[in-house]
Amino acid sequence: MLTISRDLVDAIVAHARRDHPDEACGIVAGAAGSDTPTRHVPMLNAERSPTFYRFDSMEQLRVWREMDDRDEEPVVIYHSHTATEAYPSRTDTSLAGEPRAHYMLVSTRDPEQDEIRSYRIVDGSVTEEPVRVIDAKVDPAAVTTYMFGQNQAQVDYECSAG
Amino acid sequence: MAIEVRIPTILRQYTGGAKAVEGAGDTLADLLTNLDTAHPGLRARLITAEGGLHRFVNVYVNDEDVRFLGALDAKLDDGDTVTILPAVAGG
Repeated sequence: MLTISRDLVDAIVAHARRDHPDEACGIVAGAAGSDTPTRHVPMLNAERSPTFYRFDSMEQLRVWREMDDRDEEPVVIYHSHTATEAYPSRTDTSLAGEPRAHYMLVSTRDPEQDEIRSYRIVDGSVTEEPVRVIDAKVDPAAVTTYMFGQNQAQVDYECSAG
Repeated sequence: MAIEVRIPTILRQYTGGAKAVEGAGDTLADLLTNLDTAHPGLRARLITAEGGLHRFVNVYVNDEDVRFLGALDAKLDDGDTVTILPAVAGG
């Protein structure tokens, strides 16, 4: 499961919307081994393409060194699909090079509806995982109603069937 | 001549888990051949069957992408740091 704050999800979706119809890409760094994404780094799509993305190699070196210096790793690696569903393409799968990262996909095909999904991609094999979005800004004292097993500060998105 | 080579997570299976190893060579091609002795398999992940640098691997000498330095012919000096990163790319 990917657990991520609402602020970070909003920032990722905003980046994807801003770059539409080109694909947007970036990372969320977090302390090494923590599995907790904390620092959003939008990256340039060197391809500037609606069907392909690639981090600019010099920017990637700078950002990866910065993570090294701060003892961080890329907890989330995200990119957008601008005309198709938020599911890894064949190229995404064959090129995935960070086995410990959560690969997040955002689809901007529907201008009204955000679609975010998360995957592990290891050795060419894709496993979808649930995304738990934590809303840190919710006032815990506020009166709300919620279902058993849920609370007002988090929303679980189950994997889509198939 | 010692050159520090920084290894990404996905290739540490070839270096016994080490994040950095040392190698030697006057060019990047020499260095990769040299590294393959101590770390067999590493070179094959970086070089295609046709003998070129794999398109989706980024290799840097100090602060430069080797694509701008002659790729496998990039010259190396004692004390250089070579950094290998998997390209982050997809469709």
